[in-house]
Amino acid sequence: MAITREHVLHVAKLAHLDLTEEEVERFREQLSAILEAVSKVSELDLADVPPTSHPLDLVNVWREDEPRPSLSADEVFANAPDREDEFFKVPPTSEVREP
Amino acid sequence: MIDTLRLTAEEALGLLERREVSARELWDAYRAAIDERDGELHCFLSLVDEPAGEGVPIALKDVIGTKGIETTAGSKILKGYVPLYDSTVARRCKEAGLVTLGKTNTDEFAMGSSTENSAFGPSRNPWDPTRVPGGSGGGSAAAVAGGLAPWALGSDTGGSIKQPAALCGIVGLRPTYGTVSRYGIVAFASSLDQVGPTTKTVRDCALLYRTIAGRDPSDSTTADVPEVELPEREDLRGVRIGVPKQMVEAEGIESGVKDAFERTIQLARELGAEVGECELPLSVEYGLPCYYLVAPAEASSNLARYDGVRYGLRAPEDAYHAMVMRTRDEGFGDEPKRRIMLGTYALSAGYFEAYYGQAQKVRTVIRREHAEAFERFDVLASPTSPTVAFELGAKTQDPLAMYANDLLTIPSCMAGLPGLNVPCGLSEGLPVGLQLIGPQFAENALFAAGHALERALGFDRVPERLR
Repeated sequence: MAITREHVLHVAKLAHLDLTEEEVERFREQLSAILEAVSKVSELDLADVPPTSHPLDLVNVWREDEPRPSLSADEVFANAPDREDEFFKVPPTSEVREP
Repeated sequence: MIDTLRLTAEEALGLLERREVSARELWDAYRAAIDERDGELHCFLSLVDEPAGEGVPIALKDVIGTKGIETTAGSKILKGYVPLYDSTVARRCKEAGLVTLGKTNTDEFAMGSSTENSAFGPSRNPWDPTRVPGGSGGGSAAAVAGGLAPWALGSDTGGSIKQPAALCGIVGLRPTYGTVSRYGIVAFASSLDQVGPTTKTVRDCALLYRTIAGRDPSDSTTADVPEVELPEREDLRGVRIGVPKQMVEAEGIESGVKDAFERTIQLARELGAEVGECELPLSVEYGLPCYYLVAPAEASSNLARYDGVRYGLRAPEDAYHAMVMRTRDEGFGDEPKRRIMLGTYALSAGYFEAYYGQAQKVRTVIRREHAEAFERFDVLASPTSPTVAFELGAKTQDPLAMYANDLLTIPSCMAGLPGLNVPCGLSEGLPVGLQLIGPQFAENALFAAGHALERALGFDRVPERLR
């Protein structure tokens, strides 16, 4: 099926991708071709077939709920781009308006 | 003098046990081979400077989390990321005395069939460096084939162990889903991802599988694993081998690949196997589209974690949402972006049932077709890859052409079945791979059949140009 520019922008927003103009056009073409190919699955009438979400028939896999050592705070933050005290630091999540 | 091109891991273990070489000499031999050939082959993304143990060296695909060793999954978004803990497979290797040589190249987030999607440049095939080693685990496969590591671990979602093993002329096992822990592995598609060995021989493969397999309390999708038997027998008497008609007649299989496969099947008969034809029509026709809905959908969910907050790349932006979106656009390469977009689309409101829901039902159909085939046969056989190794750049502009590489490896992955690649000959001077598929947990049957064929074939796994 043909994907429009609006489709690409909508999906990119859902996926948190800030695509460049060039990417929007390239992905529009490529995704159209890929979706056309994968849409083949709709040829089959599978109304009565149950879905497979997992290849093994495992149910209720438990382990003992025992306390174990966890990582120290310094280890947890070792790969963080930014931190402040015991927190991951990020840019403001909403606009701050001066009163 | 240690010939790393010929030495198997089993032989290396023997040399160490009998104290005929020291662990240091062994390490130095592989490091010398890396110094000599990795400039050309680019198998490794990072190297360990000093051996952390006294055992046989091993190379690990860079999606395998290693404590204190950078783990990038071939992506810029994870450049500089150093795990704080070992994945279960890395820990099991350590506990078995194996010593990590370094981390091997991969298509970004294991998405690809050539390693050309690696953010750090492609690996090259030791048989012909103008050609790809396959992917995504091309770094591991090329390292083993090129004598840069005695064995290696890869990971396989739709063919990333089997296909590079085929293109590089070595042995590779994608184990039954749930036999090897995924704890500490960079996730791509969680209902498909499996770690497995890439080795020179089937016996090495069984040894390494025995080391890494088993239930893991840290991965609730793992199961108890039957005891692994090292294959000894050199015949195939009593083994029923099914050849799926649609897999040998599929469009795009090169004639040289077909010839090598047919010669191998004839050899299997001579070794005593009962060979018959079987049918997997829907699995072959719908496997690829099914995979390219399920895997991207799961990937779009798994890759949502890369948001520039807790680890990995962060793009400098003044506002949170702008930071997340810029980080992901700059950090991911084209293929992860394509798959995130495709998966997000397939999961989005209004399309979910038609795409993801329908693909999950196709998956049931694929499982049933295989189950039916295994009522009559112990093992199924086909070529692993429709083609031999292709030239770098040949398929990078056409995602669908690249995806078609996995036509024959994908169906069994969708059904959670184990698959073994065994090199079975040459076509135009390049290796051809035989794919053996078994029922779930039937790795021992694959090792037995693979070993007998390997012995009878006598394939020289050292690339001709390096002999």
